Amino acid sequence: MLDSIIFYFFAGIAVLSALLMITRRNAIHSAVFLTTALLATAGIFLQLHAEFLFIVQIILYVGGIMVMFIFVIMLVRLDVALPRLRSRLRQWSAILVALAVFLEAGIILYLARRIPGEGLLVPSPAPAAKLPPNTEDLANSLFHAYLLPFEIASVLLLVAMIGAVVMGKNRSDTK
Amino acid sequence: MMSIDHYLVLSLALLLIGAIGVITRRNVIIVLMSIELILNAVNINLVAFSRYYGEVAGQVFALFIIADAAAEAAVGLGIMIAFFRNRETVLANEMDLLKW
Repeated sequence: MLDSIIFYFFAGIAVLSALLMITRRNAIHSAVFLTTALLATAGIFLQLHAEFLFIVQIILYVGGIMVMFIFVIMLVRLDVALPRLRSRLRQWSAILVALAVFLEAGIILYLARRIPGEGLLVPSPAPAAKLPPNTEDLANSLFHAYLLPFEIASVLLLVAMIGAVVMGKNRSDTK
Repeated sequence: MMSIDHYLVLSLALLLIGAIGVITRRNVIIVLMSIELILNAVNINLVAFSRYYGEVAGQVFALFIIADAAAEAAVGLGIMIAFFRNRETVLANEMDLLKW
């Protein structure tokens, strides 16, 4: 019972602020609402007993990526160009397609529960008290089974860092 | 305990909202933010299945996706700043250098 109250609380915040994010005119407002949505998602991770990801989500997404976005929004003069030129057709078709996909998935989920025997066979979760310590568990998995992907991810981050520096460098300095 | 459908529906809703943002917004910064939202929706799915199967692998993948999102945001914003320096705009419909 308490579980579902927590879930609906965070899910409501996440969906509402995501909707506000894509509708705000001002980019800073969008960034703030995206931050709220990401924090609400962190709450859902906590409710799913993924404590390490909860912390990583807050430190990395909210503390790192969003700060970067807000810096860029401040660097870029957004007020120079915001004339009203929006395609109503595109907006409505996007909303209609999204609603259709949502309904379709809802119907599939609903029907999957009514199939006798093996429908959408997902086991019920282990009781929370029996879970191993999350960070330890994750570290074991990350540094044993997924060691190679972990190293490849470090190469990816290095490449992204070099790419960002090269992209952001002022070309006129080198002349 | 709740069924997994709740998490799937929440994740789908966030993903579709992000997709609408990518399609309808003209400001490229907000398009990038919508992509972050989409990646986040995928993470909810992974963590939910990880919890229900009692297998930590889903959380490891979610961690990789977060690293990916950081890399993508850094490069994307770098490109945006370089583009803004050249063309003084961040609107997607004015980025038409390659349009014939």
